[in-house]
Amino acid sequence: MAKPMDQYKWHELNVGCVIEEVGNASEYLTGDWRSSKPVWTDEKCIKCGLCWLYCPDAAVFRKDDGLFTANLNYCKGCGICAKECKPGAIKMVEEER
Amino acid sequence: MRLKSLELYTDHPEEEFAVSGHRACQGCAEILALRLALKVFGRDTILVMATGCMEIISTPLPTTTWKLPWIHVAFENAAAVASGIEGALRILTEKNKIPRKDIHVVAIAGDGGTSDIGLQALSGALERGHKFTYICVDNEAYMNTGIQRSSSTPYGAATTTSPSGKNSIGQKTWKKNMPRIAAAHNIPYVATACPSYPFDLFSKVKKARMADGPSYLHILSVCPTGWRIPSDQAIRYGRLAVETGVFPLYEIVNGKYSLTYNPEPLRHMVDYFNGQGRYRHLTVKTISKIQERVNLDWKRLKYLCGLK
Amino acid sequence: MKKGIEVSIAASIAAQLARVEVVAAYPITPQTHIVEHLSELVADGKLDAVYINVESEHSAMSACCGSSAAGARTFTSTSSQGMELMHEILFIASGMRLPIVMAAVNRALSSPLSIWGDHSDIMAARDTGWIMLFCENGQEVVDSTIMAFRIAEDRRVLLPIMVNLDGFSLSHVIEPIEFPSQEEVDAFLPPYNPLYTLHPDKPLTMGAYAMPELYTEAKYAQEMALINSKDVIVEIMNDFTKAFGRRYMPVETYNADNADFVYIALGSIGENIKTAIHDMKGQGKEAGLVSLRLFRPFPADELLSVLKDKKRIAVIERAMPGGAANAPLFQEIASLMYTNGINVKIENYILGLGGRDVLPETFIDIYDGVAHTGSTVPVKEKNYDVIGVRG
Repeated sequence: MAKPMDQYKWHELNVGCVIEEVGNASEYLTGDWRSSKPVWTDEKCIKCGLCWLYCPDAAVFRKDDGLFTANLNYCKGCGICAKECKPGAIKMVEEER
Repeated sequence: MRLKSLELYTDHPEEEFAVSGHRACQGCAEILALRLALKVFGRDTILVMATGCMEIISTPLPTTTWKLPWIHVAFENAAAVASGIEGALRILTEKNKIPRKDIHVVAIAGDGGTSDIGLQALSGALERGHKFTYICVDNEAYMNTGIQRSSSTPYGAATTTSPSGKNSIGQKTWKKNMPRIAAAHNIPYVATACPSYPFDLFSKVKKARMADGPSYLHILSVCPTGWRIPSDQAIRYGRLAVETGVFPLYEIVNGKYSLTYNPEPLRHMVDYFNGQGRYRHLTVKTISKIQERVNLDWKRLKYLCGLK
Repeated sequence: MKKGIEVSIAASIAAQLARVEVVAAYPITPQTHIVEHLSELVADGKLDAVYINVESEHSAMSACCGSSAAGARTFTSTSSQGMELMHEILFIASGMRLPIVMAAVNRALSSPLSIWGDHSDIMAARDTGWIMLFCENGQEVVDSTIMAFRIAEDRRVLLPIMVNLDGFSLSHVIEPIEFPSQEEVDAFLPPYNPLYTLHPDKPLTMGAYAMPELYTEAKYAQEMALINSKDVIVEIMNDFTKAFGRRYMPVETYNADNADFVYIALGSIGENIKTAIHDMKGQGKEAGLVSLRLFRPFPADELLSVLKDKKRIAVIERAMPGGAANAPLFQEIASLMYTNGINVKIENYILGLGGRDVLPETFIDIYDGVAHTGSTVPVKEKNYDVIGVRG
């Protein structure tokens, strides 16, 4: 578990500032970035998986029923999934904040 | 292109080696390209990255997005660091200090870290024949430092150091042909790829990994921020780059060229330029000059591929 | 059993005895014999290593970083322009705590181009965070190289280290050198056991970037490692004495106990000074030499204990100040004296630039107070003398 940067004491850093906890970037929730989010219309989804494939943030995942949805903790709302969905099953909807 | 179901993707695992939480811009096709490539490279990979967008968005101390062994040293030496690692792995394996395992070294740098400041190190590493893969993720400018031009910036494109103006059409020189430069080193495998064509990219990464010597991949990485396009258009513009012949998809296997995708008849350049802020200033004259050059280069490429 | 051998070749034999695993180097006069010989040893199967013929010194140090990070015992060598070309990576190597050993064959910096020895290249690198040892003769080069691997790779240190030898005046001379046996070196120097290494079985990230919130702490940690390495260096020097009999210390003296006046110097010029000191004894003049074997981390305590009672100190240097009030070593000695409240006259002499020969007579002249800048052309008053300038 990475601490906030300004809480590290100098002797708590690893030698050479090596990071041993690989993939701990996932502690940063990029979902805060977005202003619109993708919404799936399941009836139109053909389960091709292109939305999963094309997401730069690996924020689209396959649910147990084989349909797809976005992990809103990380989805930045770029809209690529909606743009590339061939059957038009994904729409970008403005976030209510 | 036939769509394939997710089951057929299991060749390329669902495991993510570049996890969510990285700070890439919304809609960045460069991190997408790496996310996809790493699925094919797999776990037995050591990554060397140059200073650039990918290094910065992924490793702000004390966090990292990479789940593979990863090292960053400086901007212009990804290929040199990779050479050192490859040499070390060879000797350590020979001396039985590490178990015999097929570990692949992959050096990744942007167009700046490859065709400009990194060219010397790349040329040296390719000439020495180290068994590694070099990937140039090309977003056509020094994007990380604020969209300054590189030798990979296309003719006519506006960047902060090649802006359009009364006395300037934007970038005054033509894009450096890095795949050809790499191939001139007589390496076994060179290819161009684009994440808009993911299966083509997967197959090329696989071949690069299996090459008996150095391999070079040049991946077009559409940058919505730097190209001034909306964040959902990266895949679309990558496709247009291929379909207009601006960025052809081909391989050079032991010096022999072959197209991996033939988009003929080529779409007109205007389809590609429209909507890109970095080309907003182009005049009809410049566009037709670029179209002429693209047509000529396409003809030359087809000739090299043995096509009419 | 001593062997008469060129010091460069001896240095490469020392690396061979240390069982280096990767050498990534680019040739530059006067280091060439070191890398050529290492290349031969690898080609003949006498050294089980990978020799990477990099295309520049920048790539040499970069490849060394990669190789060291991957867990191989790494060695390189360079001089002058090569040192400058790899300069940015020197800081990175020490910041990333990679135990690379480099034989730095000290040579003058361009411009004008000079292939001959002086200390301008090493003075330009003194803030790079590397441990630095200086050698006066060939035996010291061999011994320091072997010790260097053990110091660098020690878990309490994990810092890159430069073993400095003067270009031509030391690198290209033939000296009597006693080589330890392979068994003796193996007993003294265990195989490299890295703390962190690049391997898929235990992935990690090396070389992340630091925001302002963390950079200070990262640099402080590195600096403390460098300062604390001195105790380990002394310990290893003592172990070396136990193993091989030859004695090394961070600061070594010659006739300093008998003298109120000492010269302070780095490297092989010390031998010229010792000759002068020996000759002066016959004339009833007592002078001593204080030789810094360890330059970084700066051996303040050891220097202080030697210098504190001296009445007159002459700092001998082989690099120009570049606009500073004094040349580099003087600055460090003066600061040491001042911060310890010692008010003694320190003289600053710059000589032997770009390979110019310095005879023992010059040091006798310094003692007699008659050695000054040769030039009669008026220039601004300086706090140092550049000996032997014609004009």
